[in-house]
Amino acid sequence: MSGEVQASTEEQQEMQDTVVSPEKAEEVKLKARYPHLGTRPGGSDLLRKRLQKGQQKYFDSGDYNMAKAKMKNKQLPTAAAEKTEITGDHIPTPQDLPQRKQSLVASKLAF
Amino acid sequence: MSAGGGGNDVQWCFSQVKGAIDDDVAEADIISTVEFNHSGELLATGDKGGRVVIFQQETENKSQPQCRSEYNVYSTFQSHEPEFDYLKSLEIEEKINKIRWLPQKNAAQFLLSTNDKTIKLWKISERDKRPEGYNLKEEDGRYRDAATITTLRVPVFRPMDLMVEASPRRVFVNGHTYHINSISVNSDNETYLSADDLRINLWHLEITDRSFNVVDIKPANMEELTEVITAAEFHPHQCNTFVYSSSKGTIRLCDMRASALCDKHSKLFEEPEDPSNRSFFSEIISSISDVKFSHNGRYMMTRDYLSVKIWDLNMENRPVETYQVHEYLRSKLCSLYENDCIFDKFECCWNGNDSVVMTGSYNNFFRMLDRSQRRDVTLEASRESCKARQVLKPRRVCAGGKRKKDEISVDSLDFNKKILHTAWHPQENIIAVATTNNLYIFQEKVN
Repeated sequence: MSGEVQASTEEQQEMQDTVVSPEKAEEVKLKARYPHLGTRPGGSDLLRKRLQKGQQKYFDSGDYNMAKAKMKNKQLPTAAAEKTEITGDHIPTPQDLPQRKQSLVASKLAF
Repeated sequence: MSAGGGGNDVQWCFSQVKGAIDDDVAEADIISTVEFNHSGELLATGDKGGRVVIFQQETENKSQPQCRSEYNVYSTFQSHEPEFDYLKSLEIEEKINKIRWLPQKNAAQFLLSTNDKTIKLWKISERDKRPEGYNLKEEDGRYRDAATITTLRVPVFRPMDLMVEASPRRVFVNGHTYHINSISVNSDNETYLSADDLRINLWHLEITDRSFNVVDIKPANMEELTEVITAAEFHPHQCNTFVYSSSKGTIRLCDMRASALCDKHSKLFEEPEDPSNRSFFSEIISSISDVKFSHNGRYMMTRDYLSVKIWDLNMENRPVETYQVHEYLRSKLCSLYENDCIFDKFECCWNGNDSVVMTGSYNNFFRMLDRSQRRDVTLEASRESCKARQVLKPRRVCAGGKRKKDEISVDSLDFNKKILHTAWHPQENIIAVATTNNLYIFQEKVN
């Protein structure tokens, strides 16, 4: 019985919060979808993600040479059918790297 | 034309639009920066593909005063190429983050353009005559047979079709470990600053192998990182003063006369926050995406996710003016976080006499905020209003409740159509507004 009364008080508080701040209501929504958000320690995840923009390892020559040495007699792992999949044990080879197309085409603004 | 009085007495009309009409936008065509030069005669754009396009204002046709001067392509060049840092296994994007013009000193024009890692000084010069009548060479460049040369002549310059050449004069490399977000030319016309997430460097325009670090906020232990630098700019007149903004919504003003390393600020601008209003989103939406000094050097403007604030340089504890850009988004923060739009970096700009400021929003809307008359208007850059001299109609967003006629509801807004970059001619009421891949030029209606 008392549990029910407690719940409705909490509901009331939440409703009040919604009325007071749409931002807080949005936060409640977000926390409901991602309960582990913001609970991990050690500096802001968002900031670190920002600093690491573009820092994706495509090819490590050390890994590549080690893998080559290990498989002296076997074939090197061939490129995955889907070039974007470079995960797990697959050692990327130069052929796997997505082709960076250089912008040799003129900008469309210049027409 | 006047420097533009109240923004809302001004009626804005369509002048030109540049770029492809098709909706299928190639990554490379995404416009990443727009900047007028100091006279307003030139307008530069940079894109994700590392290309720069410069437009020049045509000299006004005196016989047709109704026909406003247009901007036409003057020069275009590839400023930056994609690079791969093999040592760190990092891809370096060719996207042009910022372009800043140098004030004109001679016949040539100079601009600085930067990607994440490298800043380049480009010289744009005109050639309208060429030497002809060489003794040893034919006109097409082939060498003449020495035996056939019997007389000498003096080569002369003859007029030719105008050619505009862009050449890189300086390349400033290896100054930044993190990604460059700002460059700013000093009023001394000799130095400029470049800022990345954690550091600000001072360069001399003539010297590429050295730069001075003036701000370093990198903590000894990266786990302790709490804020990053988001933008920086030199004061327009005081060559010793610059400001930088942070992801926590603060602005620091630094005086280079005080010390060589400006880690300690001279002034800290921060609006106190009501702790009871704090939410998970508070810090993210307080992150300043742009900071710009007013032309008169007495104020600065900052843009955070939902608002534009004007600060008096003499008052650190709060802004003197705050304008809501799109307050209706406050109740959409959850989905804006999920689709990453909450991290969009909007820029802002002043008009020539600092009476009106402008910034972009979603759905290809942009906002004109009139400081002197305390009025604001929302306009749209769209292909639908592209008839010559067509006056732009104000737009209204319905936040909730009953939607009136001509209003658009928040849920119908297209969040992929963002106007992040805008620029205002330094003297006239001419504005350049960049949508994803198109550049719109609007002008004041002339009667």
